[in-house]
Amino acid sequence: MSQSEPGQMTQQAEIPDGGVNRQFALLDEFVASLPYKKENLIAILHRAQEIFGSLPEEVQMHIAYLLDIPAAKVYGVVSFYSFFTMKARGRHVVNVCTGTACFVRGAAKIQLEVEKQLGIKTGETTEDGLFTLESLRCVGACGLAPVLVIDGKVYGKVEVGQVKEILGEYREK
Amino acid sequence: MAVELTINDIPVSVPEGTTILDAARTINIDIPTLCYLNLHEMKLNNHIASCRVCVVEVEGRRTLAPSCSTPVTPGMVVKTDTPRAIKARRTMVELLLSDHPKSCLTCSKNLDCDLQALASDLGVRNITYEGEESRFAIDKSSKAIVRDPNKCIRCRRCETMCNEVQTVGVYSAVGRGFETVVKTAFDLPQHKTSCTFCGQCLAVCPTGALTELDQVDKVWKALNDPERFVIAETAPAVRVALGEGFGLEPGAIVTGKMVAALKRLGFDRVFDTEFAADLTIVEEATELMDRLKKGGRLPILTSCCPAWVKFFEHQFPDLLDIPSTCKSPHEMFGVIAKKYYADLMGIDPQRITVVSVMPCVAKKYEAARPELGRDPKTPDVDIVITTRELARMIREAGIHFGALPDEDFDQPLGESTGAAVIFGTTGGVIEAALRTAYEWITGRPLARIEFEEFRGMEGIKEAVIDMAGRDFRVAVTHGLGNARKILEKIQAGDSEYDAIEIMACPGGCIGGGGQPYHHGNMEILKARAAAIYREDRNKTLRKSHENPAVRTLYEKYLGEPYGEKAHMLLHTHYIERRKI
Ligand code: SF4
Ligand code: SF4
Ligand code: SF4
Ligand code: FES
Repeated sequence: MSQSEPGQMTQQAEIPDGGVNRQFALLDEFVASLPYKKENLIAILHRAQEIFGSLPEEVQMHIAYLLDIPAAKVYGVVSFYSFFTMKARGRHVVNVCTGTACFVRGAAKIQLEVEKQLGIKTGETTEDGLFTLESLRCVGACGLAPVLVIDGKVYGKVEVGQVKEILGEYREK
Repeated sequence: MAVELTINDIPVSVPEGTTILDAARTINIDIPTLCYLNLHEMKLNNHIASCRVCVVEVEGRRTLAPSCSTPVTPGMVVKTDTPRAIKARRTMVELLLSDHPKSCLTCSKNLDCDLQALASDLGVRNITYEGEESRFAIDKSSKAIVRDPNKCIRCRRCETMCNEVQTVGVYSAVGRGFETVVKTAFDLPQHKTSCTFCGQCLAVCPTGALTELDQVDKVWKALNDPERFVIAETAPAVRVALGEGFGLEPGAIVTGKMVAALKRLGFDRVFDTEFAADLTIVEEATELMDRLKKGGRLPILTSCCPAWVKFFEHQFPDLLDIPSTCKSPHEMFGVIAKKYYADLMGIDPQRITVVSVMPCVAKKYEAARPELGRDPKTPDVDIVITTRELARMIREAGIHFGALPDEDFDQPLGESTGAAVIFGTTGGVIEAALRTAYEWITGRPLARIEFEEFRGMEGIKEAVIDMAGRDFRVAVTHGLGNARKILEKIQAGDSEYDAIEIMACPGGCIGGGGQPYHHGNMEILKARAAAIYREDRNKTLRKSHENPAVRTLYEKYLGEPYGEKAHMLLHTHYIERRKI
């Protein structure tokens, strides 16, 4: 019965392994080194994203706690800037351009094929943490449409049949 | 320095820094507003200028200016009523309505909504753009507040209220541009946040995006169940505000009509929470004397406001030992009704439904706290409805409120003194406690029973009272931001106070989150407070320990104040919580 009480202090969220512990320690160290803390929220979030690769809920909660500010405020800032992300991205980031030119030349089919090959939807990350699939608006390579971008490398005039092979190169790496 | 300008060709002179909106108001020109809200008394100033409903033409400027946030300049020529300004305002409202649910008829804010009133005033007759209307899930997770982000117009009044006035920080604007919505951290359900359920955010929300959890249907069900013995208890602040729901002037005292209405609605007994307020004072004053005698920790903090209780549980978990352990008056009432009164009448307590009528949203949450009841199935208080919900029930029943005769509370739990009435406004609980504690500690009758120094809307009020040669330092605060300042002092060890009254709502319960909406008019709160003090003066008995029904309760049932039985029934404990 009392466990259902809102916000009640039970045990703190458990930190699963030494790796995560070390990441939190790094963040604590960084925050401790700053003369002004609340004023440096954005810098702290940047550092945290470098350390953790993203800014999941626990990390934002921890920062709110360190800075003694409401978690809602941290969340508001994270959601405002596009360079912050709450979900961890995979090792390789796959982008399908969905700008007008690519769209006209069948980008949608490419996107579907990538989704099929990776078994995820756009915006998601594969379970093994290898790939994140995103979509882009026009990378300025319209002459090469349809375009696929992996980790910044541009593949032009992609055909559905090539997708498997291209992705394969990254599976090995 | 004064600034001279003209508005609609009328010359105006106002102090430097005045906005066009305020300058226009000095010459009785009302420019419509929506997001803007400035409540000086609460130190709330929401001027993010996001809605642009208040735009006016300023000569020499190409674009229209938002009057709520544009300061006047010398020689400025302002026109508030040009076709261009009026059209722009209408377009802004049309845009807001384009993705707003068109469910006014079934919205709990119907006829009390600022957006709706504006659409009507501006003559919006059709909506040209059609956007998506329901994109977000409605949060009904808590026992007190319902959050429907689909009806949010992003004015951020709630955020300013919660962050700056209450310093709880539950909300934040999330996202960018048109996608922005006001949300909790990580979109957590409200009950998982540090929300105190004070309801001040919904008191200023202009739309139906934030409302209280409606429990009227539960009350109707109990009233229509012949097996149930349904008892109503009414808080002090309700009787000075309920009339507003029926067009009576703010500050009208409607105690007699309220009782008559409750009887007509079918309650088996209509009792008064004020009875329990007197009981609270007797317990709390005894607790204070006990701490003084045994060298217990001071200051003692009042504990009758559940939002304040939840605030310190989250924000100051290291100070859980200083608030009084007294339950809030309506909770004390619930226990007494289900034990003492049930015994007295020979009614099975399981058959009793206690309905609290409160100015308060937080008490809905409080009634569901598992420790406040015999077991989770038998809470001390079964249902809590707000002043607004009672007004609605009276309308639903077709009762002509203004024409009701005055009727009296049932006895014995309807007996109360003037000290109990003033619980409804900031400073009242301490004043009531002093009326009793002074006489008990000094052994002399109190010559001057009104403590002016604790009255009024000042955020923190302090005084030193001489009690039998000892200086007794007392403070009164309302609004959780003010409470935080005092608690930080205590934490730092530089507080010399002996007793502090704390209420979450600015103004105390008269300004509670469940009261008829004030729509930004603070004069309404002042009129309610004045009415509370009038009602106090109308009472023959004005000190809690003189309440004859309370005396009988101790003699026949409880034994000693702050004794063993009183402890078991009337006191509680607090829970350490996390700050989120
Ligand atoms: S009820 Fe009070 S504490 Fe909760 S969100 Fe609203 S203003 Fe903040
Ligand atoms: S919830 Fe209400 S007060 Fe808060 S931003 Fe939305 S409309 Fe404004
Ligand atoms: S001040 Fe009164 S109305 Fe406001 S939360 Fe506290 S008890 Fe409720
Ligand atoms: S009221 Fe001025 S911009 Fe909203």
